[in-house]
Amino acid sequence: MSSIVSYGSYVPRYRIKVEEIAREWGEHPENIKNGIMIYSKSVPGPDEDVLTISAEAAKNAFRRANIDRKTIGAIYVGSESHPYAVKPTSSILVEALGLPYEIHSADYEFACKAGTAAMQNVMAMVDSGQIERGIAIGADTSQGAPGDALEYSASAGGTAFIIGEEGFADINATLSFTTDTPDFWRREGERYPSHGGRFTGEPAYFKHVITAAKKMMEKMSTKPEDYDYAVFHQPNGKFPTRAAKMLGFREEQYKDGLLTPYIGNTYSSSMIIGLSAILDKAKSGDRILAVAFGSGAGSDAFDITVNNRINSIKRENAPGVMDQVNKAIWIDYATYVKFKGKIVMKGE
Amino acid sequence: MSEVPRFWRESRHRYRLVGTRCENCNTLYFPPREICPVCRRESVGKMREEELSGEGEVYSFTVVHDGLGQFKMQVPYIMAMIRMKEGPLITGQIVDCSPEEVKIGSKVAATLRKVRVEGKDGIIQYGYKFVLKE
Amino acid sequence: MKDVYIVGAGATKFGELWDSSLRELASQAGLKAITDAGIYAEDVDALFGANTSGGQFVDQEHVAALIADYSGISELNIPSIRIEAGSASGGAALLQAYLAVKSGHYGTVVVGGVEKMTDVPSEVANEIIGGSMDAEWETFFGATEASLAAMIAKRHEYEGRAKRENYAVFPVISHKHGSMNETSHFRNSIKLEDVLKASLVSEPLTVLDTAPVSDGASALVISSDEKVIRKADHPVKIKGIAAANDFLSLHDRKSIDSFKAVKKSSKEALELAGISIGKIDGFEIHDSYSIAALIEMEEIIGPQAIKMSEGDEFYYNSSMPVNVSGGLKAHGYPLGAVGVYQAVDAVLQLRGKAGQRQIKDARNIMLHNMGGLGTTSVTTILGVE
Repeated sequence: MSSIVSYGSYVPRYRIKVEEIAREWGEHPENIKNGIMIYSKSVPGPDEDVLTISAEAAKNAFRRANIDRKTIGAIYVGSESHPYAVKPTSSILVEALGLPYEIHSADYEFACKAGTAAMQNVMAMVDSGQIERGIAIGADTSQGAPGDALEYSASAGGTAFIIGEEGFADINATLSFTTDTPDFWRREGERYPSHGGRFTGEPAYFKHVITAAKKMMEKMSTKPEDYDYAVFHQPNGKFPTRAAKMLGFREEQYKDGLLTPYIGNTYSSSMIIGLSAILDKAKSGDRILAVAFGSGAGSDAFDITVNNRINSIKRENAPGVMDQVNKAIWIDYATYVKFKGKIVMKGE
Repeated sequence: MSEVPRFWRESRHRYRLVGTRCENCNTLYFPPREICPVCRRESVGKMREEELSGEGEVYSFTVVHDGLGQFKMQVPYIMAMIRMKEGPLITGQIVDCSPEEVKIGSKVAATLRKVRVEGKDGIIQYGYKFVLKE
Repeated sequence: MKDVYIVGAGATKFGELWDSSLRELASQAGLKAITDAGIYAEDVDALFGANTSGGQFVDQEHVAALIADYSGISELNIPSIRIEAGSASGGAALLQAYLAVKSGHYGTVVVGGVEKMTDVPSEVANEIIGGSMDAEWETFFGATEASLAAMIAKRHEYEGRAKRENYAVFPVISHKHGSMNETSHFRNSIKLEDVLKASLVSEPLTVLDTAPVSDGASALVISSDEKVIRKADHPVKIKGIAAANDFLSLHDRKSIDSFKAVKKSSKEALELAGISIGKIDGFEIHDSYSIAALIEMEEIIGPQAIKMSEGDEFYYNSSMPVNVSGGLKAHGYPLGAVGVYQAVDAVLQLRGKAGQRQIKDARNIMLHNMGGLGTTSVTTILGVE
C-alpha cells in the first residue's frame, strides 16, 4: 500500500492584505473578507517561481526523513503556472535536488488538482512495484487579473510528498471523479484566466467535491465521525467550509486544514498544503479525508490513516505550514504589482 | 545572445553548491576548481565533487543601488560574501529581508532562486541566493 | 643591458570627448609623445598599445594595429601589439615595452594607452567594467565592481582598521590636485562631507567615492638608444618596474581587505630600483575607488597610511604627495590609458614643469596601476639622477 514517507511545504514570505487590494479598486475590504473569507494572501518574490517553490518544498520533505535520494524512481510536478510552457519543471528538479538521472518524470496539469494527479501516479508506480519511492509535488504562482475577484485569492505555494511503502501515513484508497464542466479556463497565450462566475459553485466545485467525498466514504464504509480531519480544495474560505458542513463534518475536523484565509488559494497546492498543515500536528491513528478539486472539472479523493511511524520522522527539521504562514513580510499594492511583473518596462 | 551551454555546464554547481575537494590537501573549494592552487600539479586528477550544506555566515555585504541590466528591477538589493560552514567564501545576494536586519556574522542558508532570465523567450538561469536564519 | 629612459610623453585631455573617436585620441597622444621626444616614425622599433575593452565599447579588437595605422606608421610596418590586463593594461604595456627595450631586442618603443568609454550609455559602460570580475561567480549573481569595493570597505571598517573618513578623503585629495591640472576630467574641488552625502552607488560608497567613466589617451616614448636619449628634454629613467597578481575573485582570497599583489609589486620595484620607500617624492595610485586608494597606500607604505590620511600629508605641498595629477577620480579613468598617463604626469613633475601642483625637488616618483580590485598590480619607479 502506498504511504507518505515524508512531506514538506513552502510558502513565500511576502504577504498582502485584502485591505491593500480593495483600496486600489475602491471596494470595501470588510465585504470582501466576509464574502470570501480571505484576509491576506502570499505573494511570490520576483525571483521565485514554481521551480524554486517546488525545490524548497521537496527539500523540506528530505530534511524530515533520512532518505537516500538514489531510491527515488519518479518525480512529477503538477501546476498551472509552470515556468516554461515547454521544458518540464520536473526535469530541472532532477538536477536541483540531486536525484538520480534514471528516473521517471513529467509535468502534470489539471487546474488545481494537478498535484493530486501527480500523487495518484506515484502511488500507482509504487503499488505496481515499478519504483521504490517517488516524489509528487503540487505548486503554483497563480495570477489574478487586476481588479478581478481572483486578485484577492490567487497566491503562491507548494507541497511535496515522498511516497513509497512503509511511510508514516498510509493512503488506504484514492478515487477520482471527472466531467467536462467549463467553470474556469485560460486559452493558450492569454495572460489571465476566465471563469464562469456563479457557475463555478454548485455545478463545478460542490458537485465534484461532494460526489468524490461521498463515493470515498461509500467505498470505505465510513461516516464523517470516523475521520479526525477533513481537508478540501480551498479556492476561498467559504467553499470548503460549506462543503464540510454539507457532508456533516464539524469545525474541529476541518479548521486545521483551512489555510486559504491567511495565504490565499495556492491552486495546485491548495488542498495538499492543508493536508501538510494537518500532518504537522497529526498523531498515530488519525484518519484523514482529503478531497482536491480542479476546474474543468474533477476531484481526487484520498483516505489516509497516520501510523506510528509518525513518531520517527523529524517534523521539526523543516518549518511547518503555520510557521511559514506566520513569517510574513507585508507589502503594499505597488510592491505587489512590481513583484508580479505587471509593470510594463522599457523595451517590453 | 543565447548562453545555453555556458549556463548548463555550471547548473549543478549553482543549484546545489557542488564544489570540489582537493584530495591531496583536503581543502574544499567553491566555486569548483580543476586544479588546487595550493597543491597545483599534485592535485591533478584528485579533485572530487562535493556538495556544500548551504549554511554560512555573512562575511561582508553592501546594498547595491547601481544595479546593472536586469538587476536594475531589484534595486536596492543586498550583495554579500558568505563564509560557508565548510570554509569557502561565496559571493551572492541575500533576499527576503531588509538591509537593517543584516550584520556581519548573521547566519544564512542558501536557497534556490531565479538569478537571471535571457529575455522574454530565453532560458531561466537559476542559482543560489541566501536567506537569514534565526 | 642598458638603462631605459622615457624620452617623450604626451596625452589628450581626459573627459567626455564627444568629438573624438578611439583612433583619433590614440593618434593625438602618440603624436604628442613623439614630437616631445624629438624623434620620427622611422626611429620607432615597436608600438605597445594598452586598451582594456575596445571590443565591447566600440566593437573594435586588434586595437594596437588600428592605432599604428591611424598614427600613420603602418607604411613602415612597425610591429604593434595590444596589451590587456584589465585596468592595469597601461602599466602592463609599459612593463612589456620596458622588457623589450631592456633586453636589447628593441631600441626605441612607443607605449600608448587609450579607452573610448562614452560611446555607450554609462550603465553599459559599468557592465563592461564588470568584465574584469569573475563572469560566472561574481557578475552572474549581480555583483558590480562597486559592490565588491563596498564590501571591502565594510570589512575593513569591521576589522577596526579604518573609519569611513580614512578612505573618503582620497577623492578630496585627487580633486584638489585635479583642479590645478588643465587636462583633468573634473576641475572642481570637493569636501569630505560632499563625498559622504553624495548619492549612494553601493553602500557605503557614493558616486564621489568612485572614479568616472572617461575618454582619453596617453603615450610615452621609451628608449635605450644613446642618440635618442641625448636628444630628449630631461630624459626620465625607468629605475624599476614589477608586477604581481592575486586571485581574480575576492572570495578566493584569504582576506578581501588587503592587496597582497600590491605589496609584492611595490616591494620588488623598489628593490630593482635600489632605493628605499623614503626616497619616493610622490605617488600616483589607482584610486578607482576611495577604499582601493587607502588599501594601496597601506600596502605600499604600511599601516601609518591610515593615520596620515587624517592629516594633510598626502597633498602636493606636503611630505607624501599622492595623485598630484588628479588621480583617476578627478583627472579621469579611461581604463587602458591611466597606467600610461601616470607616467606622463610623473615625467612632467620630474622635469620640474608641473606649475602650481609641482612637487618640490621631485627626484623619484612611484606609479601604481591596478587591474580589478588588487588583482593585477604594476608598480613603476621613475626618477632623475
